[in-house]
Amino acid sequence: MSTESRLRLIWLYPDLLSTYGDRGNLLILARRADLRGLPVECAEVRADQAVPADGDVYLIGGGEDGPQALAAQRLIADGGLRRAVDRGATIFSVCAGYQLLGNSFYAKGAKCAGLGLLDLDSDRGETRAVGELAGEVDPALGLPTLTGFENHGGRTHLGPGVRPLARVTAGIGNDGRSEGAWHGRILGTYSHGPALARNPGIADLLLRWATGMTMEPIDDRWPTRLRDERLAAVLKS
Amino acid sequence: MTDHKLPMRAKLATSLSRGAAALSRATGRGDGSVIGGRIALMVDPNLLAELAAGREIALISGTNGKTTTTRLTAAAMGVLGDVATNSLGANMPTGHTSALAKAGATPYAVLEVDEHYLKQVLDATHPKVVALLNLSRDQLDRAKEVAMMAALWRDALPGRDLHLVANADDPMVVWAAGKAVAAGTSVTWVAAGQRFHDDSWVCPECGASIERNGEQWACVAGNLSRPVPHWTVSGDGVVDNTGTYHHIELQLPGRVNRANAATALAVAAHFGVPPAKAVPELSKVASIAGRYAVVERDGRTIRLLLSKNPAGWLEAFDMADDVPTLLSINARDPDGLDTSWLYDVDFSPLRGRRVLVTGDRAMDLAVRLEVNDVPFEHVKSFSQALTLIPPGRLEVIANYTAFQDIRAELDRVN
Ligand SMILES: [Zn+2]
Repeated sequence: MSTESRLRLIWLYPDLLSTYGDRGNLLILARRADLRGLPVECAEVRADQAVPADGDVYLIGGGEDGPQALAAQRLIADGGLRRAVDRGATIFSVCAGYQLLGNSFYAKGAKCAGLGLLDLDSDRGETRAVGELAGEVDPALGLPTLTGFENHGGRTHLGPGVRPLARVTAGIGNDGRSEGAWHGRILGTYSHGPALARNPGIADLLLRWATGMTMEPIDDRWPTRLRDERLAAVLKS
Repeated sequence: MTDHKLPMRAKLATSLSRGAAALSRATGRGDGSVIGGRIALMVDPNLLAELAAGREIALISGTNGKTTTTRLTAAAMGVLGDVATNSLGANMPTGHTSALAKAGATPYAVLEVDEHYLKQVLDATHPKVVALLNLSRDQLDRAKEVAMMAALWRDALPGRDLHLVANADDPMVVWAAGKAVAAGTSVTWVAAGQRFHDDSWVCPECGASIERNGEQWACVAGNLSRPVPHWTVSGDGVVDNTGTYHHIELQLPGRVNRANAATALAVAAHFGVPPAKAVPELSKVASIAGRYAVVERDGRTIRLLLSKNPAGWLEAFDMADDVPTLLSINARDPDGLDTSWLYDVDFSPLRGRRVLVTGDRAMDLAVRLEVNDVPFEHVKSFSQALTLIPPGRLEVIANYTAFQDIRAELDRVN
């Protein structure tokens, strides 16, 4: 956490990558920090603005091919996000935002360079993955079942430098077997919903990474009912 | 155009279509308009073109407000003579075929067109006027990206003998109309408003930012900017292209419907309907396929508002009165399966009201409202909501199938 002891949450490029209710992840992180008495400051950085390197948590959302390729180019040219990672910042990325943190991805039929912050490569699948996504999270993270909704045409291949976020039990995720990836304090997933609405455990993990503090339990009655309802729906189908 | 002028195949298809529609209504499978049209198109794929020939036609397209604007435009055009229209929202070519076949010979037609089908319907019907209302995100798990939709429109419009009536406040619409306008197509710009900006922060022409300043907007790098509108919404009325103010006693609520009325008047004006003659006709429109309908039940006065996407929800909050409000969300096929869009909507206008939530996806709504600091109660059904609120007004805002469910519940209790 930065020196003024305010938790700085930075939502990157909402003008390009905000197709799947991605603002929700920012709102949920801010609320859960606030309920723990942590002072929070939220910033939205548009694609024509410089990426500040002094954030604590960076969020990157989902979007279509064109904006994704543009976002990757601008993030690489800007360099701020890499400097933030070198400082130990936390990153949470979804779908297109997840792919562009890897070594390479495909957009509009062309191979594009990613930021290389996660050791993974994405290409095109034969079919579009659309529907409920569920998986058992890497035991090292100590989180309950992942639940989300996925909608992407990509397939992601993990390198040795990352661990899968989850083992898929419903849906496709990276390749039908694993879903998402994490390394250090960088985490990526294909799930929207948005992801942190359905997985408050991941939100608290990000806050723990960013603050080094244990997150006390809060009233999660409604997110729990949402999770139960979605996971039951997946089991039924 | 009369039946005896139709080619034999078209005549046969038309009578088959009428028969199938009657059958579908009689067997309780829908309103009949789509089934009738589909059978007719199987018999003669050129039928829509043949049925359209000889009529003066207006097409109405856009993400939101097209059913309402089509109804208002048809009402305004009624001043001139008989108008064929697809009033039940069957807005794809089969629906158009069925609507024109059922209407028989009419000098005019006003057709609501699903935005994906605009090019196809332009090709088949050669409209005199096309109204472009707005473009924003809708049913994310299958709809085309907003910019892609705008590009389809942009390429479909040039080189045709038509007049455009287009929303000056929506950058995507202005860009979509731009290629035709640059090539000489005449246009009436209407300041129809844009409540949801999140799909137009980036210039579709060059990728630079779009800056907004009050009503004005412009690309920071290129030439795309808000055209000077010919028609504007002002208070409870509309200012036309001559600067004349028309007060409208609209029964439909909200600023968005005054904007829809402005578009309808501008379209009708191009066919020669003086706004002063059309305004009284607009005032007679009370509800559209159950939308905005007010129903009395057990001492409760219930109004039903349908909202299918983020822009629609923001408009509904603008229309809704400060009374107990029931929200209902489903995520079945016609609704789109992904509920993430709930986070594109700011529900804070509902703070301070009694809010109840229901529907298949009430839990998604519950988590969203909690994050938005809007207190709420969860109820199992519309009927349960009725037992909880005191006699008086209730607003209901629901997405597509949730809206149909509530209408069915109301019918059952009837
Ligand atoms: Zn531009």
